[in-house]
Amino acid sequence: MENILDMTITELKGLLRKKEISSVELTAFYLERIKKYDGEILSYLRTTEDYALDMARQADTKIAQGEDAPLLGIPFGMKDILCTKGIETTCASKILKGFIPPYNATVIEKLNQAGYVHLGRLNMDEFAMGSSTENSAFQTTKNPWDVSRIPGGSSGGSAAAVAAGLCVASLGTDTGGSIRQPASLCGVVGMKPTYGRVSRFGLIAFASSLDQIGPLSRNVSDCATILNVIAGYDPLDSTAIPQKTPDYAASLGQDIKGLRIGIPREYSIEGIEPDVKKAMAESISLFEKQGATAVDITLPHTEYAVATYYIICTAEASSNLARYDGVKYGFRQTGKDIIDMYKKTRLKGFGKEVKQRIILGTYVLSSGYYDAYYGKASKVRTLIRRDFDEAFKKCDIVVTPVSPTTAFKTGERTEDPLTMYLSDIFTIPVNLAGLPGLSIPCGFDAGGLPIGLQIIGQPLDEARMLQAAYVFETERKVKKIPDKYSAKT
Amino acid sequence: MRTRCIVDYGDYESVMGLEVHAHLLTDSKIFCGCSTAFGAEPNSHTCPTCMGLPGALPVLNKKVVDFAIKVGLALHCGISNKSIFARKNYFYPDLPKGYQISQYEEPICTDGYLNIYTDGEKKRIRVNRVHMEEDAGKLVHENTIENSAYSMVDYNRSSTPLLEIVSEPDIATPEEAVTYLKMLRDILLYLEICDGNMEEGSFRCDANISVRKKGSDVLGTRTEMKNLNSFRHVEKSLDYEIERQITLIKKGGQVIQETRFFNADEGVTYSMRGKEEAHDYRYFPEPDLLPIIVDDKWIEEVRKTLPELPMEKMERFMDEYSLPKYDVEILASDKELAHYFEETIKLFPEPKTVSNWIMTELLRELKDGNVSPKDSLLPPAHLAELLTLMKDGTISIKIAKEIFPEIYKTGIAPKKLVEEKGLLQISDESTIMKTINEVIARSPKELADFRAGKEKLLGFFVGQVMKETKGQANPKLLNELLLKRLKGE
Repeated sequence: MENILDMTITELKGLLRKKEISSVELTAFYLERIKKYDGEILSYLRTTEDYALDMARQADTKIAQGEDAPLLGIPFGMKDILCTKGIETTCASKILKGFIPPYNATVIEKLNQAGYVHLGRLNMDEFAMGSSTENSAFQTTKNPWDVSRIPGGSSGGSAAAVAAGLCVASLGTDTGGSIRQPASLCGVVGMKPTYGRVSRFGLIAFASSLDQIGPLSRNVSDCATILNVIAGYDPLDSTAIPQKTPDYAASLGQDIKGLRIGIPREYSIEGIEPDVKKAMAESISLFEKQGATAVDITLPHTEYAVATYYIICTAEASSNLARYDGVKYGFRQTGKDIIDMYKKTRLKGFGKEVKQRIILGTYVLSSGYYDAYYGKASKVRTLIRRDFDEAFKKCDIVVTPVSPTTAFKTGERTEDPLTMYLSDIFTIPVNLAGLPGLSIPCGFDAGGLPIGLQIIGQPLDEARMLQAAYVFETERKVKKIPDKYSAKT
Repeated sequence: MRTRCIVDYGDYESVMGLEVHAHLLTDSKIFCGCSTAFGAEPNSHTCPTCMGLPGALPVLNKKVVDFAIKVGLALHCGISNKSIFARKNYFYPDLPKGYQISQYEEPICTDGYLNIYTDGEKKRIRVNRVHMEEDAGKLVHENTIENSAYSMVDYNRSSTPLLEIVSEPDIATPEEAVTYLKMLRDILLYLEICDGNMEEGSFRCDANISVRKKGSDVLGTRTEMKNLNSFRHVEKSLDYEIERQITLIKKGGQVIQETRFFNADEGVTYSMRGKEEAHDYRYFPEPDLLPIIVDDKWIEEVRKTLPELPMEKMERFMDEYSLPKYDVEILASDKELAHYFEETIKLFPEPKTVSNWIMTELLRELKDGNVSPKDSLLPPAHLAELLTLMKDGTISIKIAKEIFPEIYKTGIAPKKLVEEKGLLQISDESTIMKTINEVIARSPKELADFRAGKEKLLGFFVGQVMKETKGQANPKLLNELLLKRLKGE
């Protein structure tokens, strides 16, 4: 039998249907691998073994009865930010330690309907604030390609678990690059859909106008399969787009002849590593060989994106995180009165980065500063959106690096938040403009660390992006799992 | 307890503006499907959204928008085609999200007015805005807030819908303030969107008040009065505050902008300075909700549902029925009562008589039993019948007033009761004459005195005859016949 780690969900479902493997066996296989390898990678905060095996048994019963569902019996890892009924959901924060949601996020409902198996909760930067998963209150996840390095963030656990073969696929969330950047640094496929394409109901909010849920997987086909399940209108999320979703998986395999690929001038910044530049150039010529045309485009307001992003996301975060006050759920540190209780609870319950961002967000919304910061940032955000509108008159997709560098060493940038923030320069504008963005592995640097290529699409144009990514993946076979973890068992 | 004191304003005049919070009579809350019913088990009408659980999102109840438009139109406001929600951020245990979803910039209704009668003159009080927002939960204590060891929170009220109606500082006296509030409350009751109960807090008022030298067009420093839960409290607290401010200024002091709390038992206001004062609410647009788009078609649909409003009705009643202002103010203050009046005069077209009977006999009974006119067992048809019996001489006024409580309480038709009880008025000359002769026969002394000029003895004879006829003698006829007989004509 071929290595099941290399199989797509479609192929795995074939095995399950033919009873060559059961969902319980597949689930046990992944639980075993987690036991074996995750002590080193630390991608899972908690596994939910009994829950997983129970779901797998139910899937097997359904398969035996001839039922089918898009993810029936397929084991997933879940970023610990998506509320799952009866399962502790912490956002990797001490303040939510012990919080067991009484309800399911809409995406979890949809995955349940689709028959998935929930292996466990994946690590992340606390409240999704960070680019390295070093801001987790509980553990620091390692990059499977080099465990002395970070996996990216904030969905670092989701990316590392997929890269090390500790689940078939996972869900992450992306506010400024939190799916695409770790996908890139861990060498897997990750997609942030159009803002509003996937319901945010039950996603623990960091920055409501930017957050979006998306899949991380080892291949483009799985990404499309999962997006088919999770995308779509939801009456519980007022910002969800009331439009039908196409069949993303079915549209794969079309050629890209005549596709116009925009290359933004402003993204040739200093600080891009030579190996990343080289991989970019090779990727563009690969597209051209497949019949696409590269077009020079301009996104003039790019230089303001990082500043704009940090004003908007911290402002929203300062408000979104106000509910963690020790009154209703999660962690509480008692105090001499209510104000004292608030202070102590939030002082001890939140980590440093979270507190930093709450303070920054509180400041930019303060009376007398609002117009200069939040007001102006909202205007610049519109300009950034317009840049893309203009660019998409000349091209169909935009191609850029995901990150200027490959994975850095753990601890290397913790004292230098600005450098850390600036490394998100290529992903942040996509969130500000509400566009879909996809990260696909395009090679390795000299040190053997993965490099990711970003495909940015027009609103709701995920199908075309996936088609382009699928062509790319077919032409450029890139190793998805480090040798160390690619054993069949 | 402080008694009311009419302040000598001297060279000063007072300026007031009112903020009213009206609880809306929707079945479900403003941002979730939970019931708004009053008096349920604590926290039984709650869900992840109104409890502020992580990841839960608000969805706007369209009915609230309908109600806001209704009020806006009734107050002659402009209805915004696009308005937005904002977050008002502050910490308090009854506020589960740490922010209240309200409207700040771009509210749904702006720039209206409301006419009131003050000293017989019509005066226009401008309305600055009407906006939608959610209410907070409620703190519950075992004893009082001071001697409880802990507080409990009931979130049943959390996220129930409110309209805030803000006047311009156009109100000159406490009396005017009360007139404005009564008129506003009548309008909300007419629109059937609020129960208007001040004690239970479904119609709450905060007052902004300042004083200045007469003739000045600059506003003085204002204070904000809270906890005004009856019309009497509004008047008393404003009286007190005007006196306090004038006295302070006359002594050379300065009014401090602050929030003051009215203590109804002592009849004085206290400063709430300190924790309440330093609030910076850090308003910003609510990213979880889309802008509210109200097109002209929607506005026109709501406009069609507007009833005739109190002021229009008062003016029509004065015009059409030639009723005095005193009467129409009472009749039009309650839509049901006005309806009762109009139904009655259809059958008995003497408006002033009907008005008199409604304002005295009917209102007394309704108030005693706390019954709405529409639930009265005495329908307009019965009142008309009673008045007709009286008018055509079938019964006397005295009998009519005597039997009113019975026909009100039993619902029996007046004519039927009169017949059953033999209360028909005696208008037969010979029957009355017979009794007159009997009375005169046994009162020779009184007759002689009368004829000797003691004419006031007429009353004695009327009384005697009435006594004999059990009050059923037609008084007019009796007078005529008696006089003739006494004078020996």
